[in-house]
Amino acid sequence: MREIRFSGYGGQGVIRCGLITGKALSLFDDKFATMNQSIGPEARGSACSSQVVVSEDRVLYPYITRPEILVAMSQDAYEKYEPELREDGILIIDTDLVRMRPARGKIKVFGIPSTRFAEEMGNRIFANLVMLGFFTAVTKVVTPEAMKKALPGLVPSRFLDLNIRAFEKGYTYGLEQLSQTNIGVAEEKSKTPATKPTPAKARKGKK
Amino acid sequence: MKKVKADPKGVLTGAHYLDGDFAIAEGGLAAGCRFFAGYPITPSTETAERFAERIPYVGGVFIQMEDEIASILALIGASWAGVKSMTVTSGPGFSLMMENIGLACMMEVPLVIANVQRGGPSTGLPTLTGQGDMMQVKWGSHGDYEIIALSPDSPQECFDLTIKAFNLSEMYRVPAFIMTDECVGHMHEKVVIPPAEEIEVVNRKMYEGPKDKYLPYKPDKDHVPFMVKAGDGYRFHTTGLTHDERGYPVINAECQDWCVRHLVDKIRKNAHKIIEYKEDGMDGAEIVVVSYGITSRVAVKAIQDARKAGIKVGSLRLITVWPFPEERIKELAKKIKAFVVPEINLGQIRREVERCAFGQAPAIGVPHCGGWVHNPDDILRAIKEAAK
Repeated sequence: MREIRFSGYGGQGVIRCGLITGKALSLFDDKFATMNQSIGPEARGSACSSQVVVSEDRVLYPYITRPEILVAMSQDAYEKYEPELREDGILIIDTDLVRMRPARGKIKVFGIPSTRFAEEMGNRIFANLVMLGFFTAVTKVVTPEAMKKALPGLVPSRFLDLNIRAFEKGYTYGLEQLSQTNIGVAEEKSKTPATKPTPAKARKGKK
Repeated sequence: MKKVKADPKGVLTGAHYLDGDFAIAEGGLAAGCRFFAGYPITPSTETAERFAERIPYVGGVFIQMEDEIASILALIGASWAGVKSMTVTSGPGFSLMMENIGLACMMEVPLVIANVQRGGPSTGLPTLTGQGDMMQVKWGSHGDYEIIALSPDSPQECFDLTIKAFNLSEMYRVPAFIMTDECVGHMHEKVVIPPAEEIEVVNRKMYEGPKDKYLPYKPDKDHVPFMVKAGDGYRFHTTGLTHDERGYPVINAECQDWCVRHLVDKIRKNAHKIIEYKEDGMDGAEIVVVSYGITSRVAVKAIQDARKAGIKVGSLRLITVWPFPEERIKELAKKIKAFVVPEINLGQIRREVERCAFGQAPAIGVPHCGGWVHNPDDILRAIKEAAK
């Protein structure tokens, strides 16, 4: 069983990320996947998230207990959800939007300027698809074919091609990063701590 | 009562990734529901949204009403006009519906109400889960009456059981309820909608005799009276007052006895046909976990762990919570050591199990006030405790 959390601020399409991933896994990758989202006032504009639980059998407990994969597309989301990530988990960030502390334990870190890439494509609205492509490449939780098949119905049909292009942009960037050594990436990230609070302190205040 | 195939117009055949709320709307459309009146309330709003979005393509009416009181009244009117009708609500909205749910029971109108339960009482936890309305659905309106309530554990069952609710409601001329909760309502999962010809739909028994001889409350052999379509020229009267076979008010104890017993008997005497539950591992079971809805799903994990620990645990999962499988609980109580009843309330169905067990086996609750589903370990602990 694998537990994934997509997080960011309301409007970035992080719920859509969960929907696309869950649909891809359930309908096209022959897995069982549930998707739950944070709803309510806290999800409007501030840290918001969707959670996907993936399993070979029926999911019995549809919520995340200790996420293995965290995708953080905003500083708030990173601060709020990073402390619950497993020590051997995977952290994926938008490098322009998240300034991270040194990674804990054996956490593997992958970063992509997804919003900037989307803006270069013409609209930052595609940032979540760039991120999904990247996520698909570096985690291999889901196949890229399934993800692309899942898009119709979940993105406006007239923008389907652009969404696929955004996905592929992120996917290719992900494969390039993988071809370098993962540990190298994580270490490089951890050399540039930007925020003041120590991990322990930040962990205490949140959640 | 007529069994037919579903109208393909309302059936979105294929594999989908839907949340429970959406699946309820799709189930309603597949069952032939063509009228929806409701007032949006979290966490049930998505059902109304989905219905409103889909109904122009299927043909039918969606009305956003001024409140939940009016919603049920609109359903009663539409149903008497011959259209299958449903609404959806939660928490305070369900409380507001109570008076007219009684009216629907008294008038014997088929309709379906989905309650996506959230934490209560009052406005409670608008965005978080609960199962605290399980007794309210049975006893919420005043007087003696019976209803049918089903409890799905997944979006797939939200779809399947909404069709079943419509079928039972049409069969017995009674309001039927989908008692789901926020967790299932907002959980996205694979939902497979079969082709229309594989979906069996039940339509109410229609009276076809002379127009001036119709008696709207004369029970048939199966205790259920025939219906007509208002506006088709049949002369009849219907009221919330105690009434005779013609539907005219008769305010005395004799008619009250006849009228109320009929409302109760048509469900109680057909209960064996209505009740559905799923059992697992009952052979030699010492402990039986009785659960429903999302809790029954989380409980599977606890049951698996308990079996690994060598405890003989069976599972009785209620599909219909009302009418309650009284006889089955009575039988089991004679053979087993104890029942364990996890639920997201402080013991509503546990007390029902206790009542039916008649002192033969204790019913140990795993209560939860709402806001989240059970941690499976809490259920496991109760199983271990019961097995001691």
